[in-house]
Amino acid sequence: MNHYTDNKDLKFHLTHPLMKRIVELKERNYIDAETYDYAALDFEDAMDSYDKIMDIVGEICAEIIGPNAEGVDHDGPTVENGRVTYAKGTQENYDALVQAGLVGMTLPRKYKGLNFPLTPYVLAGEMISRADAGFANIWGLQDCAETIHEFASEEQKAMFLPRFNEGATAAMDLTEPDAGSDLQAVNLKATYDEKSGKWILNGVKRFITNGDAEISLVLARSEENTTDARGLSLFIYDKADDAVTVRRIENKLGIKGSPTCELVFKNAPSVLVGDRKLGLIKYVMSLMNGARLGVGAQSVGISEAAYREALKYAAERAQFGKTIDQFPAVYEMLTNMRVKLHAERSLLYETSRYVDMYKVLQELQDEGRKLETEDRNDMKKYRKMADIFTPLLKLISSEYSNQIAYDSLQIHGGTGFMKDFPIERIYRDARITTIYEGTSQLQVVAAIRGVTAGGYLERIREFDAMPLSAEYEFMRRHLQVMTAEYEAATATVVEFKNPEYIDFHARRLVEMAGNIIMGYLLLQDTMRSEEYRISAEIFIKKGAAENNERAFYIKNFSLKDMDLYKA
Amino acid sequence: MTKKLKIIVLAKQVPDTRNVGKDAMKADGTVNRAVLPAIFNPEDLNALEMALRVKDKNPNAEITVLTMGPGRAAEIIREGLYRGADRGFLLTDRKFAGSDTLATSYAISCAVKKLGEFDLIFGGRQAIDGDTAQVGPQAAEKLGIPQITYAEETLEVTNNSITVKRRLERGTETVKATFPVLITVTGSAADCRARNAKFVMKYKHARTISELADAAEDYIALKTKRPYLQIDELSVADVQADDTFLGLSGSPTKVKAIENVVFIAKDAKVLSNANEEIEELMKELIANHTIG
Repeated sequence: MNHYTDNKDLKFHLTHPLMKRIVELKERNYIDAETYDYAALDFEDAMDSYDKIMDIVGEICAEIIGPNAEGVDHDGPTVENGRVTYAKGTQENYDALVQAGLVGMTLPRKYKGLNFPLTPYVLAGEMISRADAGFANIWGLQDCAETIHEFASEEQKAMFLPRFNEGATAAMDLTEPDAGSDLQAVNLKATYDEKSGKWILNGVKRFITNGDAEISLVLARSEENTTDARGLSLFIYDKADDAVTVRRIENKLGIKGSPTCELVFKNAPSVLVGDRKLGLIKYVMSLMNGARLGVGAQSVGISEAAYREALKYAAERAQFGKTIDQFPAVYEMLTNMRVKLHAERSLLYETSRYVDMYKVLQELQDEGRKLETEDRNDMKKYRKMADIFTPLLKLISSEYSNQIAYDSLQIHGGTGFMKDFPIERIYRDARITTIYEGTSQLQVVAAIRGVTAGGYLERIREFDAMPLSAEYEFMRRHLQVMTAEYEAATATVVEFKNPEYIDFHARRLVEMAGNIIMGYLLLQDTMRSEEYRISAEIFIKKGAAENNERAFYIKNFSLKDMDLYKA
Repeated sequence: MTKKLKIIVLAKQVPDTRNVGKDAMKADGTVNRAVLPAIFNPEDLNALEMALRVKDKNPNAEITVLTMGPGRAAEIIREGLYRGADRGFLLTDRKFAGSDTLATSYAISCAVKKLGEFDLIFGGRQAIDGDTAQVGPQAAEKLGIPQITYAEETLEVTNNSITVKRRLERGTETVKATFPVLITVTGSAADCRARNAKFVMKYKHARTISELADAAEDYIALKTKRPYLQIDELSVADVQADDTFLGLSGSPTKVKAIENVVFIAKDAKVLSNANEEIEELMKELIANHTIG
């Protein structure tokens, strides 16, 4: 069994035409092949390697991580003497991935990485989330390596990065009891120690995923007498220094295999990443964007798992003389689940390619390469798109994963409410995705810029100009109508120049943009493969109806109606 | 340990008989290989894992995968390399065709001798196509070395010995043997590790000379730069084997017929515990080869 080969969608997205440019840039004319026996020789070779490595991930997911998921959910991690022990299955999962050389996938080869673009890494994340969403967090925290690589000093990179491939685990220590969504309120204290040249950390962190990791990125207040983001810096703490203890781990609704820790820092030595005061403003924002893409992958993986459970159950369960997937009420649900899954997955990989494009161009520029004007413009363009697509993806995919898990459990009927089938775990695991790494409400705050500043519309216009077969033209016309409606709704809301009013309608507008964007993405997918035609057609029809409802609501709403909602 | 352990893993490419459909057998009673995917024999993977675990603890150990089969069996060597084996040989020759277990174990013993000194040979207990469990023991006999069968776990490896836990019908047995020794491994031993990403990328272009004949130009150039990408083939002549002990002429096993047997409970029979009735049943069971 293999979670890569049993799902054709994955290879379809992995082989998107833009990968050619991403890989060419990432491999810098395949220069590494001179030095490393595992480096790509050319584009075809690189793509073949991604395919083969995804096959390994798919096998580990199907043979090890998936089968372990129930036991991991049941046993969970434990904490004793301030140290976390993973559930047996969790440790097995991680060991298998380390042995297969899959940690530090995106790091350059000189740090023992595979030098993969983000897209195949995100794809691996999706598969692992399908197998066990809670475990995906532990694996996905290798994102921290990406942040160290981007912002730390050469010396720090040489010290920390190679450890990832050897199996080091990571954590990002941001949240505190009084600093959740509002990270500006972070209070953990960092003081510079002249003697050792290190920063000493003291304080408490809460809700830290995988808090007992070997390498931790810690957001702390380095500037005395400050209260906002400008006083915060980012630090690396090494568990080898043994100065942080786990006070407790949370007992959670879902993702139970992933230890959520409360940490006590007692004179914990650490090193500063990059510049002081840029901790939250620059580094954590970058880290968060990576994490949000990760939650996107996690959500799509959960959706896939939930959809498969529903499909299987509905095909086996017979009532009134036939299997329940023969009834309109059920087959409509199943098809809608698949349509949402196709749409969110397309958005996931579109976003990951944007991030890939701008990051690799940024890397080249940071290496001192003089970029051509076209490349410089692309860097700006893709960064801008990544910035508005990432919160859109996080918002939509996390909400979809919950809807799909809900419907899947519903299809299971009373059986789904029991602990006997995987769906109850998947349903619980899905619930966190709309909350952590920024709630859905905060994703809207980040995404609304894409509406008001016109970024989404600009991209929609580009999609609209892409070549399309005549037979799909009717779908494009629907999307054009939806776009006009979205523009009008946006204008109605923005017209008042009232920030609160924009916030009030923000989610409606962002979701309208999302429906149009995913509609166009599914059309593009259909151009590459007929397999997606039905999903495109259904999605666009339903999206048109949904958008219409929102537009109607906005149109008939006035500024003073907001008061009805205030206590 | 300072000694450089030399380990050979015997592996076979087999048709995947675990999920057979209607057309798995041809009308003449032979296996329809075209419809069954060729896979790494499962217990040979257990054997490879056991060898890799010895190497994990003794990093300078060298693992050689030896397989016998047609040209496409080179895939088995690559699968071994992807998991951490150091090199591999494909024992291939038209003259091997039709070999039974006796001829196969003879060919393998000749190849092992050709490969030079060794300390440990691991192989799966049996292959899922023939299920004989004979090749390992026969090869050990022909090489004149001790053997441990049904091995489940390695407990200790020293400079000149290995201690192994054997899986028996009702329990386990711990045995120790000095090198060189041949060990056959059961399916209850640890599962084989997954392929390693770097090894896959390093060795995916490894080819035998025969495979190279069909390869693209660039990869031939690559081979010159990276000699480890060459998988060596061994012929009958290479291993100095005697033709008469190989192939059909070297194989006393003759397949008379193969028939598709479907077990179904046809009818029930009620017996009393009278001696005559039991006697009667015994005779019947012996007659139809259920026992005896």
